[in-house]
Amino acid sequence: MNTLTTTPIALALAFGISFAAPVTANAPADKGFEIAARSDRSDVGFGDSRVELQMILRNAAGQESTRSLKIATLEKADESVGDKSLVLFDTPRDIEGTALLSHARILEPDDQWLFLPALKRVKRIASSNKSGPFVGSEFAFEDFTAIELNKFDYRYLGTEACGALQCDVLERLPKYENSGYSKQVSYVDRQVFQIRKVEFYDRRGDLLKVLELDDYRQYDNGVWRAHRLTMENLQTNKRTDLVYQDYAFDVGISDRDFVKGRLSRLR
Amino acid sequence: MNTSLLKSLATIPLLFSVLFAETGRASWDISSKFDLSTRIFTEDTRWPGQDDSTTQLSIAGSTEFRWRGEESRASIIPYLRHDETDDERSLADLREGYWAKEAENYELLIGFNTVFWGVTESVHLVDIVNQTDAVADIDGEDKLGQPMINLELQRDWGLVGVYLLPWFRERSFAGEDGRLRTPLPVDSDNPRYQSSDQENHVDLSLRYSHYVGSVDIGVSAFSGTSREARLLPNADGSELIPYYDQIDQIGLDLQFTGDAWLWKLEAIARETQNDSFSAAVGGFEYSFYQVADTAADIGVLIELQYDGRDDGEPVTLADNDLFAGIRLALNDTQDSAVLVGMGYDLKTSETYLNIEADRRLGEDYVLELRARFFTNASPQDTGYAIDSDDYLQLELSRYF
Repeated sequence: MNTLTTTPIALALAFGISFAAPVTANAPADKGFEIAARSDRSDVGFGDSRVELQMILRNAAGQESTRSLKIATLEKADESVGDKSLVLFDTPRDIEGTALLSHARILEPDDQWLFLPALKRVKRIASSNKSGPFVGSEFAFEDFTAIELNKFDYRYLGTEACGALQCDVLERLPKYENSGYSKQVSYVDRQVFQIRKVEFYDRRGDLLKVLELDDYRQYDNGVWRAHRLTMENLQTNKRTDLVYQDYAFDVGISDRDFVKGRLSRLR
Repeated sequence: MNTSLLKSLATIPLLFSVLFAETGRASWDISSKFDLSTRIFTEDTRWPGQDDSTTQLSIAGSTEFRWRGEESRASIIPYLRHDETDDERSLADLREGYWAKEAENYELLIGFNTVFWGVTESVHLVDIVNQTDAVADIDGEDKLGQPMINLELQRDWGLVGVYLLPWFRERSFAGEDGRLRTPLPVDSDNPRYQSSDQENHVDLSLRYSHYVGSVDIGVSAFSGTSREARLLPNADGSELIPYYDQIDQIGLDLQFTGDAWLWKLEAIARETQNDSFSAAVGGFEYSFYQVADTAADIGVLIELQYDGRDDGEPVTLADNDLFAGIRLALNDTQDSAVLVGMGYDLKTSETYLNIEADRRLGEDYVLELRARFFTNASPQDTGYAIDSDDYLQLELSRYF
């Protein structure tokens, strides 16, 4: 009986320094990861989804330009593998049928193929262009694809009010290469664990963009989705809104719908 | 307009009736495009019979009818073009007109369709299913709809395509009044064929494509009527007659994608009745992203072209050439982009300068500029025929 109680104590004493020190040093990191993971895992099990949305681009003078697109997503339950997604453009008319297929990966660049309907050509594209603007918008490619949990290191910064809710504030540092950001600060509400706001800091460390996520609705399968995303560039005063229609879940899409050979057959 | 085009038009009402019966009228998605284009030639004509006006106006229009059901889809895309100067540039085509049945791991498509194979930018060696609408643009990227029965099999280890091509589309050539033609005009109405089946020879093609990690690969085989024509003088030596050989061809296309690099290779081996030869094009594209802290990207392209064909085979300009280009994409709301490219023949020093610029205006218009300049061709060189046909082209497209 003695041995059973003394051994763990002895072990704890022997490893005392190396055991205790990281716990204190990593407490904000562990808490940060925990909160991010809880938020990310509130989404687990959605399976697959389809949604139509409008992307409204607004320049500093207030001139607007609209794109309509459809996004299909296939969840990969394994957190070490990224989701698969397919973006199909309906307007502007000259790029109607243009499609972007992404196989997200965690730390390595994603695999991406672009379909150009005018030539009916499928092109594998270099996805190291993480920080480039997505179709002229204020969203970068990485803003669309980098929401995987393990793409970041986290640090818990504190708690503050966000609208009517209380939010945990997390700093997240991109672990993948070629990010355009030195850091991001995300605000995760404490009620249903959804991201309400993200601040993006450029490579110089200056605040570049603020993303607000509104109009959250919970679906029958329990998952939450924001239906209005507003990305404001504070350095250029340009803004992009994403306005989502209702999501459809479990629409019966599978891996075979996310292969490059399908790109010329979407319409 | 040649007879095969009339035949293709004659099939449209039939297709419509079959498709509407199959699909019902309600859910067709319809969109249209209308193009107004003018070419401005900067040098005098070189060959007798060519129209010497410095501008060439053309209009074109197409409408896409698309339908999608649970396990099938259909598409009909008629295309019409009228050229003010050169009748041979006027065209009525059916770019798509098919019905396709989709199932778990295969798709069967019957009708007119356009497919593209390959990875390189300066020349498209592997792409062989569709005939090139050569008078539309000298870049070879405009295609004519090809009638086909196409079975695609998707497996974990890749995509296999089988193509039965029952009817041949002739290449288009500029007419006697047109620019960008051979010294003697081509008589497009009386083509000749090696096969006694002529344009009814049934061609067969296979393609396998897949990717492994950062490498995309395509392997293809084709047996049938060459999409390229040899041009043979007629009896009195006043015109050239297109002659289409039977060929067997295998093709390979490879792309390695890493960071900002795209490394590309296309190669073919072709056997004709008189020759067997290979051709290849390879090179890279490297991109600089967010240049000087703007949203713009700059891509640098270098490709080397080789073609080992005999003089008796259909003529190619891409035989021993270096292509270098710079692509600027502003990544703005209007998708503004410019490509400046130069082709240089390492043996003859013939030089080809190409500028392409595009920009969307508002939501529904696109303005395109094309500039093509040909220099340094001696009378014995392939490019001499079009050496005085430098032109600027402005095209305004309206989308509906």
